[in-house]
Parts: sequence; structure tokens; C-alpha cells
Amino acid sequence: MAQEPSRLRLTSVFAGVLIAGLASGTALAQGTLRIGMTASDIPLTTGQTDNGGEGMRFMGYTVYDSLINWDMSKFDKPSDLTPGLATSWGTDAADKTKWTFKLRDGVKFHDGSEWTAEVAVWNFEKLLNKDAPQFDPRQSAQGRSRIPAIASYKAVDKLTLEIITKSPDATLPYQLAWIMFSSKAQFEKLKTWDEVAKTPSGTGPWKMAAFVPRERAELVPNADYWDKARVPKLDKLVLIPLPEPNARVAALRSGQVDWIEAPAPDTVASLKSSGFTIITNAYPHNWTWHLSRAEGSPWNDIRIRKAANLAVDREGMKELLSGLMIPATGFFPPGHQWFGNPSFKVKTDLAEAKKLMKEAGYGPDKPLTTKVLISPSGSGQMLPLPMNEFVQQNLAEIGLKIQFEVVEWNTLINIWRAGSKHESSRGGTAMNYSYFIQDPFTGVIRHLQCNLAPPAGTNWGHYCDPEMDKLFDEVRNTFDPAAQTKVMQKIHEKYVDDAIFLMITHDVNPRAMTSKVKGFVQAQNWFQDFSGITMTK
Amino acid sequence: MLLYALKRLVYMLPVALGVSLVCFMLVHITPGDPLTAVIPVDASAEVQAEMRAIYGFDKPLPVQYAIWLGKVMLGDLGTSIATGRAVLGEVMRAVGNTLMLAAVATMIGFFFGCLFGFVAGYFRNSPIDRIASLLSVLGVSVPHYWLGMVMVIIFSVQLNWLPATGAGPGGSTDWTWDWVHIRHLILPAITMSVIPMGVIARTVRALVAEILSQEFVHALAAKGLMDRGIFRHVVKNTAPTALAVMGLQLGYLLGGSILIETVFSWPGTGFLLNLAIFQRDLPLLQGTILVLAMFFVMLNLLVDVLQTALDPRIQRG
Repeated sequence: MAQEPSRLRLTSVFAGVLIAGLASGTALAQGTLRIGMTASDIPLTTGQTDNGGEGMRFMGYTVYDSLINWDMSKFDKPSDLTPGLATSWGTDAADKTKWTFKLRDGVKFHDGSEWTAEVAVWNFEKLLNKDAPQFDPRQSAQGRSRIPAIASYKAVDKLTLEIITKSPDATLPYQLAWIMFSSKAQFEKLKTWDEVAKTPSGTGPWKMAAFVPRERAELVPNADYWDKARVPKLDKLVLIPLPEPNARVAALRSGQVDWIEAPAPDTVASLKSSGFTIITNAYPHNWTWHLSRAEGSPWNDIRIRKAANLAVDREGMKELLSGLMIPATGFFPPGHQWFGNPSFKVKTDLAEAKKLMKEAGYGPDKPLTTKVLISPSGSGQMLPLPMNEFVQQNLAEIGLKIQFEVVEWNTLINIWRAGSKHESSRGGTAMNYSYFIQDPFTGVIRHLQCNLAPPAGTNWGHYCDPEMDKLFDEVRNTFDPAAQTKVMQKIHEKYVDDAIFLMITHDVNPRAMTSKVKGFVQAQNWFQDFSGITMTK
Repeated sequence: MLLYALKRLVYMLPVALGVSLVCFMLVHITPGDPLTAVIPVDASAEVQAEMRAIYGFDKPLPVQYAIWLGKVMLGDLGTSIATGRAVLGEVMRAVGNTLMLAAVATMIGFFFGCLFGFVAGYFRNSPIDRIASLLSVLGVSVPHYWLGMVMVIIFSVQLNWLPATGAGPGGSTDWTWDWVHIRHLILPAITMSVIPMGVIARTVRALVAEILSQEFVHALAAKGLMDRGIFRHVVKNTAPTALAVMGLQLGYLLGGSILIETVFSWPGTGFLLNLAIFQRDLPLLQGTILVLAMFFVMLNLLVDVLQTALDPRIQRG
């Protein structure tokens, strides 16, 4: 009992501190942008990032550069490639496997060391040569699959790099846009990649100033960045992993962050009404049903594929998602430079869908039953359960009875790698999957080339059409960008006209931010440029 | 007593071995590829095979277990697949954060649990008892992740008084006991304290009620001892059990705060476990579970020793 008065005093002191603190509020440094990412950790900081597109967005194109960068300056048209650490490139007229890159002069890493062709070669060794002292399995795992065309490389002189490809491959510039270049001097100074991870050094517009694993990373401007138009205007960019969607929204609403990635659709209306800005834009993303073309799959009948495409009520789904989607009219988003002019119009036409199903021998009275693999969540999967159930209802109307096999996201990835003929697919004839479709290989080739069927590649559905393979060869052998675009359009026209996928929707890459954030241009790209952003008081 | 403590420490070895075996098997039978976190989804079969070999997943499970156990014996819990960082460092940093959160939550829970328990027991069957009992039942029954979200909505979003996530403006490594950091601790600690508060309150109420009905209390009153003196005797008799319950609750909080730490993005062991599960980061998962299990065993031992010190009637060993 004698302790009561002191406990009371302590309580009073604590209450006093509490009230004083509550009254003081929070003070923020001007010009600091705090972003809540969906990633569960700070992406790998050493150069070749992990955490997929988000990793490249926040720790790739911020701290590092590629030989060829993505142009992220435009809101109103799809991004294209632009010179990065290379100012020009081209193939030998007599040997289309030999590429020469002229490197940018005067570029320095954050540690002050110089960017040269020798450093470029050292970086390729980091990814591709297991015997090199700088070989890093983690970066190699991320980067090596992105540059399958490369056979060899050498420094011709200080600012000239030569790359030899395994066969003529005009998609090499797109492949190279994945490869980030780290400082050789920094690695040699710190000896291990674990140490480099704490104080990385790239040539990018941002320098990493602080790093707490799993909690935050702080980037500050690189005032000496070679592209003066991309020298950051902010004082600081803070990256905070907030994988839980509700925690992200709460952090934004409580003022702990100024910007969050991927707010859930059902929070968008209330965020808008509370004065937050929701920014969206088309980007090369596709939410689709990848159809199996293995023997016995009902999707081998083009009438059924087209009927399914005509049965989906995409406008209804848009309403379901509070407007956060772009209804698919093809495999690429509408307006994309590779869209072309397909003759099959992807739209909702139930009468035509029913007619096609009837011709195929099915209808509401005689339904066709098949199994589709879906996941309850996953990277880029938007809201897979309600969206798939919506499609299921649409297809039921034309006599396509869909049974779902719901598997966890990581399991779905494994099934996707194994292919539709593999027993792990459990008889599924289609799979709901989201695709990164930013370059010719990841966008189209990997899904459909005959020799990329599992286990050689990720042609999950075992699709094989020599005519399509011929088009893929053509795109690899067309080195003129304008002509290459024409080939890509032909490929896309065939994608749509043959209704190879169930084309449903494209995500719009939503992000929510306070009204203090100014000057952000959301490029039609998975990666973004944060250099032009300012914060008002 | 010393002999007893040493014996218990030796008993920990088979417990640790059993825990390590169970957690190793559990994490390996769950579906999913542990390399998902480190390779792109469309990595070639060759890259996948190479990475499998680098991380040792190409070896038979018993061999993998033996290698892992051998390293653990030497104090090396392996390397996190997802981050490439040492598991021991990751786990110990998280344990520190969880320990801080759990200790504060247990203190809050213990204080209010004892308060409600004593009041309810002392005034049993009165309206005060019913109110105190209702609060303790609510504490035990309310889903704490739901309570956490409600607290965030009220105190972070609506009133904007307290932060909703994280362990401070500079991350947990910059933690200091100043208001800027303590305000990050308040909501998760209160949310976490609700269950121990309920459990302790119910335990203490029952104990107080029972002790008050015992003959020695009537004898003390008959001897003319004032209420305050009797209360002191009741407290002394209640303390060992209340302490044991508090110790167990602290143990539960150390390992069972996944939901709260996820709701508040508190960088502790629960948050780490959640991430490890979703990333299939097997070394991190194994290491975290093992360390938590060992903490639990140690905590039980500590509580037993403390109980004996407080109440000489309790004989150990």
C-alpha cells in the first residue's frame, strides 16, 4: 500500500507526457517523400534487385542505371527505350550477332569511380561468370534469366563495349534494360556484396543514405547525375515496406507516409473523399486466363475460346473494382504501340457467344464443364477471388461451367512453371495469371514459342503454332525499331484473332497520395521516375 | 535450487532437438518453392537447379536437416533466402523488438488484470465485480487483430493522435525511450495487453475470492487486523500464481503476436514469421521458431525459479 502514492505519481507523469506528446503532433522535413511499398522488405540494394517490378521501380532505376533505360517521362503514351549508360548502339552490318555500344562519357558512380567499358564487363561477369570473384548468386538469379541472348562481351576501348549474341536477336536492347550496373570500386573496397548492400553505389539519380533491413531505406539526390533533367528535386525519398494492405492505408491516413502503392479498390472512394489523390494509368499488365492447348483441352476449339471472350462482362467487372481496371480489347492494353488492328473484336456479345457455343455442341442446356486454376491472392493478381467468380458467372450464361481449383500463390507459380500437362496442374485447362508484358520476350514470346514449353520455358499451355514461331523469329531478326513494331503488331493481331487467351482486363497501377505530392508523372510502365516530384507544405 | 535449475537446463536439449525436428519437417512439407523469393518466376530450369544447389535444397531432407542442425549447434542459424542476411541477426533484432512490445504489454496487462481481479474478488457479487468481470471476459474474448484495427481507425486515422505502423521514424534500430518512439509502441502494446489482462483478472479474482473465504483470513480479522493488513496477506498469497500466469502470458505474447505485429507492421518475431511464411523463407522460419521455442522454455524455467523464491512452500526438484 505504501507504494500507491509513487505509482500514482508515475501514472500522472506518464499521462502528462502523453498529453504533451499528443498536442505536439508530428513535424516533417520539407521535401521528404515517404512511400509505403507493397514489398515486405527493402528490395536488394546491390544492383540487380529482387521483389519483381516493385524492386526495380524503387531500388533499380533510382540508385542505378542500365545501358538502355526506359523513358518514364510520358503519361500519355507507352514507354519506350531511351539511352542510359550507353549513348548509342547497333549491330554489325555483316554479323547481326555482334553489337557495339558507345558508352556515356564522364559518368561517375556515387563513390566517385568512373563508368567505363571495363566496369560494364565486370558487371556482366558478376551475373554470368561463376568463377569471377564478384559473382553474386543472388544478383545472378535475378539478372541472368533476363539476358538469355548474350553469348560473350568485351571492352573494345574505354568507352566501347561489344556484346555477341547466341543468334541474331533484335530484342537485346529490351533485355539489357533489366540489367543494372554496380560500382566495381565499391565492391573492391568493401570486399563482399553483404557489405555493399549497406552502402551501395550506382550511377542513378538517387543515392542510398540509410538502410534498416525490412523497415526503411532513405535515398537522397545525386546532384552530379549525368541527366540534369532527372536530378531529384526532393530532399529525401523514404521507402517503407508495408505489405499488409490495411496497414498501408492506415499509414497514409494517419500521415505516416505520403504515398502508398496499390490501395485496395474498396478503399479508393473513401480515400478520395478524404482528400487523397488516386493516380492511375495504363501500363503493360495483363490479367488473363492462360488457356491450355494440351490434348483433350476444350480450349483447342477456337469457337469456345472466342465464345468465352465474348461472354465476359468487362464493364461489370470495372464497376466491381471501383473503376480500377481497363477492360481488355486484346492482350496488350488499348492504345499500345504493339496493338495493331485485330479483326476479332474483344467485347461482350452474349448472342454471338451462345451461337459459337452451340456450333461447338454446347449451351446452357448442355454445359461444358472444365477446371480453372486460380489463387486467392498474389503479386499483380488484383482481387482474384471476386474477379474470377464474376467471370465464372459470365461464362455460366453461355454454357461454360467452370470449376475452380484454388491454390496458394506460390503453388500456382510452381504449377505455371511445370506446365498444363504436368500432374501438378490437377486437370486444370486454364490458369488465372497476371503478366508483365513490357518487352517482346516477356510480353509475348515466352508464353507461346513451341520450344519454350515446360520444362524448357514458361509456355504453360503447350501452345505450338509454326506460324507464330515464324513471327517470333521475324521479330528477333528485325533490327529497325519501326519495322520491329510492325512485326509485334502482326503477332498481337494473331494473339487476338486466334483468341489464344481469355483476355479480361489490365490493371491501372493505382497509387494513393496526399495532395502535398506534386509533379509526379505516372508513366505507362512498371517502373517510375521520382525525380520531378516536389512536396508542398 | 541450483541443481534443479541446471537439470532443467539439461532437459532443454531434447526439447530443443524435438522442436527443431518438428519445425524443420513442418516447413518442408508445406507446399511452395523456397526459392520463389530469390528467382524471377520465369527463371529457366537451369537457373532454378543452380540456385537449389547453392541453397542446398537439392539434397535429401535428412541430409538437409543434419547440415542445418550441425550449424545450429555452432550458433549459426543459416542465411535468410529472401534477404541473404544471417538468420541469427534477423531473429535477434526481431526478438528485441518483440520482447520490448511483449514486456510493456504484459506490464499493462498485469497491472490492470490485478487491479480488476482484486476489485472483483474483493467486492465479489457486487455491481463492481460484474463490471470488472465483464471487462476481463471481454479482454479474453475480443479478437485482438480486430481490436488493433479498431484502435488504428480511432486513434491513428480519425483522431490522428498516434502512428499506425512501425517502430519509430528511423526504424527500430534507432529506438530510444523518447516520446517520438514511445508513441509507436502505445497502440500495439495496449492491443496486446488485452488478453493477459483478461486472463490475469479472472485468475486473480478467483484466487482473491477463495483466499478471502479461508479460515486464516477470518482469524486475522478476529485478531483485529485492519482491512489494509488483511489485503496485504491476500496479495502475498495471490502473488505466486499471478506471477506464474504472467510468465506464461509473456511466453505466449513472445510467440503469438503475429496478427498484432502484422496489423501494426511492428518489426518483431511475429511480423518476421509472417513474412517468412509467405516468402517460403525456410531458414528464417526454422530459426525464428526455434529461438521462440527456446525462449518459451527458458521463460517457464525462470517463472518456476521465481515462484519458488516467492513461496518457500513450493518445492522443486
